[in-house]
Amino acid sequence: MKRRDLLYAVVALILLWQLAAWLVDRPILPAPLAVGAVFIRELNRGLVDHFLVSLWRVLASTALSICVAAPLGLILGQSQRLNKLFSPLIYLIYPIPKVVFVPVVLLFLGLGDAPKIVIIFLILFFQILVLVRDQAASLRPELLLSVRSLGAGRRALFRYVYLPASLPGILTALRQSVGTAVAVLYIAELFATQKGLGYYIYLNGSTLLNYEAMYAGIIAMSLLGLGLYFSVDWLEHRLCPWLYVS
Amino acid sequence: MVVLGSPPSQGCPIPSQRLAAMIETISLTYAYNAGIFIFKDFNWKAQRGETWAVLGPSGCGKTTLLYLLAGLRLPTSGVVLINNQALTRPRPRTGLILQDYGLLPWATVQQNAALGLRVRNFYGPDGTHAPENYLPHLHVRPWLERLGLASLADKYPGQLSGGQRQRTAIARTLALQPDLLLMDEPFSSLDAPTRESLQNLTLELQKENDLTLVIVTHSIEEAAVMGSKILLLAPPPNTQAEVIENPVASQPGYRSSFEYTRITQELRLRLEAFSAQEEAPTGQGTIIIPDETP
Repeated sequence: MKRRDLLYAVVALILLWQLAAWLVDRPILPAPLAVGAVFIRELNRGLVDHFLVSLWRVLASTALSICVAAPLGLILGQSQRLNKLFSPLIYLIYPIPKVVFVPVVLLFLGLGDAPKIVIIFLILFFQILVLVRDQAASLRPELLLSVRSLGAGRRALFRYVYLPASLPGILTALRQSVGTAVAVLYIAELFATQKGLGYYIYLNGSTLLNYEAMYAGIIAMSLLGLGLYFSVDWLEHRLCPWLYVS
Repeated sequence: MVVLGSPPSQGCPIPSQRLAAMIETISLTYAYNAGIFIFKDFNWKAQRGETWAVLGPSGCGKTTLLYLLAGLRLPTSGVVLINNQALTRPRPRTGLILQDYGLLPWATVQQNAALGLRVRNFYGPDGTHAPENYLPHLHVRPWLERLGLASLADKYPGQLSGGQRQRTAIARTLALQPDLLLMDEPFSSLDAPTRESLQNLTLELQKENDLTLVIVTHSIEEAAVMGSKILLLAPPPNTQAEVIENPVASQPGYRSSFEYTRITQELRLRLEAFSAQEEAPTGQGTIIIPDETP
């Protein structure tokens, strides 16, 4: 994808929005230009803070889930016995939409960042666990034998084979679930907090009836999701260059 | 034989070492869990510097033998002696090359070639994972040049042809300066001209580096070309080492010589005798022996 094409797509989206605003012609769908102006004004009035709080929550839970899920996935992926033991459990939990646990986690963890981070952690954890596990398990036995014949014991196998092999799994998991993570963050930020983009959007839309500001919040949340997605893309190109050579 | 380049060699071995056995199996017995014996009291000896081809029908235990020699499988009973030492784990100076190359897809040719050295540097010269006198380094450039890979150093395995991949695997193994090189069907998935040139290259490298070579193959032609001695394995259990001497192999023009035709003919007859034996008890035509599961 070329940058220029992406720019065209952005322009097309804004035009569509403008068109819709004209057609609807109601305060609940302000024109993009008006929202843009409010967006810039709101940056100084706390939108940046809300953005940073949400960003922190996503980044913290991403880091946490990688640190916990990747090693577990590696362990399961290279031990058939453990994998057999745990796979029924994972099989049952994996498809449950983790967002339904939002009230439960809130009840347990109460106010603050912790429940938000834990919710996103739950989503990313299982994605990363399963993908890293499958990646490690799919390493061909011949590859492992070859590396063992070079003198590698368990530790060197982990360092030179399993660890690098898990990297694409982690990044694929993030790519697939970062969108869901932001969506669930929105839900989680509707409750028991006065910080974060979810709170900001809801407050402006439902309480203050400041629709321009609500849309500014939506834009900020979209930028958050897009930024994360682009970052994963960029990391994948940087860290997994072999996937992109012809 | 034209010797190209001058990769690190191990110097001339003293004559007494020449005569010492590199490989010796004593009453080697290996059975799978189900009590199926692949080897039973199998005695075999290979001298230092020899080139051996191991030939036999599918399921005869060729690959199993190679894994036993590599220390990746342990005998049910009996001993495998390599360089007069009983084998209990992979040995630092034994190199292993498999048909499927075993390259890391995420590492470049250069990085793949240096993998063995990296593993050694990781453990240090502990005598188990690396020889005790090993000095950590990562020099693989001479090997890449010797194997014609210098211009591909920054490519990934996915960008290489089969022959180039196998040469990378060879560079990786030779960079560890082995004295014993084990190869399992290394050229089976390559096209004929590539296979032939890699066979020649392997024999050149074997001479240059004074390697003992054991190459497992199902191809009669490859066994004839590569093995100055050929170990013929029968349908299991293998109890006796059947050895066919092929001293003129690896001499110039061998592939078109009368001796080559004669030995391939002999090998073919011996293999056909095996399948005749297999068919005899049931008399229901060909028995399909499942591919050996390593």
